Amino acid sequence: MSTALQYLFDALSVGSLYALGALGIALIFGVMRLVNFAHGDVMTFAVFVLIAPTIEAVTRLWVGAWPTPLLVLSVLAVGALLSVLAEWVLFRRLRKASPATAMIASFALGFVIQNLLLMLHSSRPKAVNLWPQLNQPVEVLGARLPALQLLTIAVAALLLAALAWMLRHTRAGIEMRAAAEDFQMARGLGVKANRVIMLAFALSGALAALIGLLMVNQTGLVDIRMGAPMMLVAFVATVIGGLGSLQGAVLGGLLMGAVSTLLQALLPQDARAFRDAFLYASVIALLLWRPQGLFVTGAQRQRV
Amino acid sequence: MSLLRIEALTVRHGGITALDNQTLEVAAGEIVMVTGPNGAGKSSLMSCIAGHVKPWQGHVVLDGRDVTGRAPEQIAALGLSMVPEGRHVFGAMTVLENLRVGCGLRRDAAAARRDLDYVMDVFPLLRERAQAQAGLLSGGQQQMLVIARALMTAPRLLAIDEPSLGLAPRVTDQVYEALLRLREERGLTLLIVEQSATRAALVGARMLMLREGRVVLAGDPRGMSAERIERAYFGYEEAHA
Repeated sequence: MSTALQYLFDALSVGSLYALGALGIALIFGVMRLVNFAHGDVMTFAVFVLIAPTIEAVTRLWVGAWPTPLLVLSVLAVGALLSVLAEWVLFRRLRKASPATAMIASFALGFVIQNLLLMLHSSRPKAVNLWPQLNQPVEVLGARLPALQLLTIAVAALLLAALAWMLRHTRAGIEMRAAAEDFQMARGLGVKANRVIMLAFALSGALAALIGLLMVNQTGLVDIRMGAPMMLVAFVATVIGGLGSLQGAVLGGLLMGAVSTLLQALLPQDARAFRDAFLYASVIALLLWRPQGLFVTGAQRQRV
Repeated sequence: MSLLRIEALTVRHGGITALDNQTLEVAAGEIVMVTGPNGAGKSSLMSCIAGHVKPWQGHVVLDGRDVTGRAPEQIAALGLSMVPEGRHVFGAMTVLENLRVGCGLRRDAAAARRDLDYVMDVFPLLRERAQAQAGLLSGGQQQMLVIARALMTAPRLLAIDEPSLGLAPRVTDQVYEALLRLREERGLTLLIVEQSATRAALVGARMLMLREGRVVLAGDPRGMSAERIERAYFGYEEAHA
């Protein structure tokens, strides 16, 4: 029982990170039809403000030494600002370009950010131990879990609930959903394109930064390469959920977390090293079965 | 003064001239119906007026203000609401949420609420199905929703591209009844695109028939013989435009 519970919490905590990442990608895809491959590097950049730039092996905390609330806010703000800046400087100019052009530009931007970090911090992963108490185990219903896992799940659940509320009940949220479905039509009804897009980028960047913070606490490291693999999974999650659907992205992320945890648990010992091969094989199978994504409803498909 | 004036407007799509140096006006309170065969430039005219397409040449003047090349959201804010062809409902959102999107431009929340009530009186079905997912409505219901939604921006000029497309004749009648009621009660100016000239005569509109990017026939269709309309439609009467 407690093992099953353990797996459930594993799946939820891994899945909620993927879900938050997928949501950040889906938000931007929704309003701009842009697959933003720089998303992971925005996350990396945001967590790197925790430490002072140095090429030495010893880490010196910068923002990481600040009081917790200020630290969290600052990291989120850096993520949001960098993301908005990327929109303002780069993606705004590419709105009329083909989606492929914009996607390649986002790749390039990712490399620019990564290399900027490389210059400032060198390529060595740096140890950052922000809140060691979060690695203490906590007992829940007979299962022993790291407190961080609970925190991750709680933060993700809270944020998803807040975002869902925002998208349903605020003017900005309703406009963003409308823009995600049919941007031209939304503009024709007075929805301001620049404002909606900027808001999507800000939210997406802040979400990325948050994932970064949670990941740093899990691994105890900041690494200039930490963004890409995380965001690859998140991107896959948005595709299997159905590109353009926000709920789909979240559910896709949770599903990716669940499947990878299950594989980790159920695969024979020798096969575990190839877990990702099994994971992506199931992704391929899933996409062959439902190329439009799992959670695209009839009403949404009809529109195209 | 005319509410909408289009001056020497040329719209081109990738080398093809969709609208060729045309000048036309719509007076406040008028119903103007733009008719003509496929590819005549009707939709290009509408997209250009609403700011979705930039003109090659010429000007769009709304209520004395030159809005040529402005963004769609700016034109919407100046009182022109366009319902494009093909019923663009936000399918995953509820009927009520669809209507709310149109309210973003409103400063006066109380007036917006009154208008919401009003459009639901004109289209009672929208009140009944307020919480339904818009994508699941029938074609006619969706057409009513997009018109109602356009009205929520409090436009002075409502431009509608082919409201009857794909609708049963009885449903089309209902849509037109509602449009005439809106004109009557709200003093709304209507610019409507339809392929056929029949409807123009029915609602007492001034007709502008487009063919190959030019106005080939203009005036009250009730004073025109069926033969004359047909000849213009099929391109035998360009010289008399």
